Amino acid sequence: MERQIRRVGIALIALFLAVFVQLNYVQIFAASDIANNGANSRALIKKYSVKRGSIVTIDEVEIARSVATRGKYKYKRTYPEGELFAHITGYLPFAGEATGVEAAFNDDLSGEGGTLSMQDLQDRLLGSGERGDDVMLSIDSRLQEIARDSLGENTGAIVALDPTTGEIRAMYSNPSFDPNPLASFNTGTAEDYYQTLDPDSGTSPLVAVATRRTFPPGSTFKVLTASAALESGRFQPDSTFPDPNELELPLTNQTLTNYSNTACTGSGQIDLFTALRISCDTTFGIIGLRVPDDIREMAGRMGFNESLPLEIGTAVSRFPNIPDDEEPLRAYAGIGQGEVAATTLQMALIAAAVANGGDVPVPRLLHRIIDASAGTVSEPEPETMGEAMSAQNANDVKRMMVAVVESGTGTNARIEGIEVAGKTGTAQSAEGANPHAWFIAFAPANDPQLVVAVFVQNGGSFGAEATGGLVAAPMAKALLEADRRLRDW
Amino acid sequence: MPASRRRNTELSLLILALIVGCGALALVAVARNTDRLAKVIPFMIVLVVGYVAAHLVMRRFAREADPLILPLAALLNTVGLAVVYRLSPKEFGPTQVSWSVVGLVFFVATLLLVRDFKMLARFKYILGFTGLGLLLLPVPFGTTVNGAKLWIQFAGLSFQPGELAKICLVIFFAAYLAERKELLAIASKKVLAFHVPDIKHFGPLLVMWGVSLAVMFYEKDLGSSLLFFSIFLVMLYIATARFVYMAFGFVLFFIGAYIGHQVFSHVQLRVRIWLDVFNPELIGGESYQMAQSLFALATGGLFGTGFGQGRPDIIPAAETDFVFAALGEELGLMGTVAILMIFMLVIARGLRIAVRSRDDFGQLLAMGLTVTIGVQTFIILGGVTRLLPLTGITLPFVSYGGSSLVSNFILIALLLRVSHQGAVEPDPARTAEILIGGRG
Repeated sequence: MERQIRRVGIALIALFLAVFVQLNYVQIFAASDIANNGANSRALIKKYSVKRGSIVTIDEVEIARSVATRGKYKYKRTYPEGELFAHITGYLPFAGEATGVEAAFNDDLSGEGGTLSMQDLQDRLLGSGERGDDVMLSIDSRLQEIARDSLGENTGAIVALDPTTGEIRAMYSNPSFDPNPLASFNTGTAEDYYQTLDPDSGTSPLVAVATRRTFPPGSTFKVLTASAALESGRFQPDSTFPDPNELELPLTNQTLTNYSNTACTGSGQIDLFTALRISCDTTFGIIGLRVPDDIREMAGRMGFNESLPLEIGTAVSRFPNIPDDEEPLRAYAGIGQGEVAATTLQMALIAAAVANGGDVPVPRLLHRIIDASAGTVSEPEPETMGEAMSAQNANDVKRMMVAVVESGTGTNARIEGIEVAGKTGTAQSAEGANPHAWFIAFAPANDPQLVVAVFVQNGGSFGAEATGGLVAAPMAKALLEADRRLRDW
Repeated sequence: MPASRRRNTELSLLILALIVGCGALALVAVARNTDRLAKVIPFMIVLVVGYVAAHLVMRRFAREADPLILPLAALLNTVGLAVVYRLSPKEFGPTQVSWSVVGLVFFVATLLLVRDFKMLARFKYILGFTGLGLLLLPVPFGTTVNGAKLWIQFAGLSFQPGELAKICLVIFFAAYLAERKELLAIASKKVLAFHVPDIKHFGPLLVMWGVSLAVMFYEKDLGSSLLFFSIFLVMLYIATARFVYMAFGFVLFFIGAYIGHQVFSHVQLRVRIWLDVFNPELIGGESYQMAQSLFALATGGLFGTGFGQGRPDIIPAAETDFVFAALGEELGLMGTVAILMIFMLVIARGLRIAVRSRDDFGQLLAMGLTVTIGVQTFIILGGVTRLLPLTGITLPFVSYGGSSLVSNFILIALLLRVSHQGAVEPDPARTAEILIGGRG
């Protein structure tokens, strides 16, 4: 029987070798493929076993925090302020990719970034639970609330930032959404709520108007056109332009008319300063035709045609490269119409460049990162995207913008006791639709503390009567006044 | 009595095995909570005392038995206990310690009661019918757990009669085959190119096939069905040297399994899970357990996450059928291959015991017991690694469960008894062969 015993032995060894090979396959060769399967909850359990850092505003309001649970997922992410900061914090979905600050500072919040402190090491060895770093944003919750209240039911966005540091102090988009259900451990709840937000549509509340949607900026863009005109060296604030009833466009029999459908001054001539103050379309149409390359370059320096270096990313604002055979479009580009489209944040940066003596600040949300366990703090240095124009030219544009608020189209933004610089925009959108209302502003003009950009889609509740001065300027004023109170300037 | 060298080897290995096992237990306790260390020290003491006691009994009553089997079993048992304790420190962990002690008591009792394994041959029909009865007991009286009817509830206790049945049946087969092997091996007919024994000798084979099908169809337990039938076929082959029996038997089994697949939806589902485990439609429900097993093994990788650092508790039934996957997550390929090698060593020792046994019954018995451990281990390891469709069955000595532990301790006690007798008894057959110059 020994021969049979030996054969059975060989057969058993063969069976075990098969298991050995299969183990190598499962645990080594195919291991990462298998382990990365979405249904493997180990990564999720690990993700939720860390007490993720809080996201707080500069005035120390917690806008995202991890709350201990009793389930197998140890910490649940909640957003105490609901929809108010949703587009900024983003959300941490149970299964899927995080968005907003949750994604941008994930390494810090989850404790994976930065240095390993003794406390971290001790936590890890004793398994007493790791803790992520807190992220403090430059957003001021009080200003954010005023932005929300100012917009009310209107679809639109308000961005307020400090022009010298680029720190964003308020950024609210309406419509918004509640990030809490999206962070639910119950994927059914999350999915049901997600579907009510019409996620595949470009107008979904998930898409922040301030940073993710672009619209024709209309006359607010004239600030950029005026800056480019001065930087070209061909024009001064007192350079004069013809003031026709309508501007005849080259290559076609079309004309560009002013908002009033008449000449701007009636005196036959108009200077650049006055043209900006009263928002004269024909003048900027002429500039658009005369220095198209300077305008395009200026737009590039201010951040157009690429995503802005904001931590949470932005849509690309567009300034087209118009070929010679489509020359008429250059006139429209000069007044921020046609194919020009910008985010509200982009328009805030144009004002910031003027306020900041020509330097375009890098917009940022991060104020500091606080490693609670190590007691250290790291703070980013302010940066600029580069010099868009000379300080002299920036000062000239600023004077024009002050005149807009003092005696031009933006008088609704006047504030007692300080000089406010601003520019209105009433932008044509689709055929037959009500115009968009825009306003960009900063104050005080001599020492700018806050830049505000306001956008109200299709004029909001004002409908066809809407203008930037009527709808958007009072909102910008509310923000400026509030920030002046809060920071005592 | 002079201390045998084999027993000294056994003691040294046993100490090593217990150091590794108790070390694993200490690690899982500390990994969960430093305070837990004090709670597992009594467990360690109980295990050390239990195994040393078993060793001392062997010194007296199985002096020349194989020195590796008991230490290997101790290693599997204690490392398995560490995994079970890690998964369930309050419930299954302490219970498994108790069952280990009960298992050791049965081990000692078997060694003491069965002083000569040959006496078992006298009870072969009683054992055969007991085995069949135990095997088929769940058909009328069983309760269904996880789709299979394996359990008997009696007086608040539940046990899996199949675990004990396999030992009874192995003894019966060994005795029956040892008695009739010449008769069964005679080929009187020729079918195609094969010499085939008379049809009447296929009787026992057909009976066992029927029983295994009954187990498969009525208890819905493919794993046990495959195990019993393959033990029988392998033993039949060893006894008769007729490969055709085994081939014919496996063909019959696969016909039965194919019919089972066509007739029973749960068999179809098992096959579907095996082939398509990551199908999103199944992964949340039907194939959840299988997928979790693979996730655990894959997460473990080469070195594992370390004891207490993984999440093997996500796998349903991690402490019983899927204990190997739980171990693979925290100890990695290093751990799983180590376990695989320990089982291969047990099998190698079993084969050696069989070869060294002096008579047919002893050889068949040792082989039957060895094949039982080997095939059972293969079925469950193949199942949790997705080499085979999964069939729920325990991993000997490692899985949580009293029926399984007790039966396997009895199994190795019998194996050691055969080993001891093979070493100490004279070999009449071999002496005779030398005298007449027969072949070896």
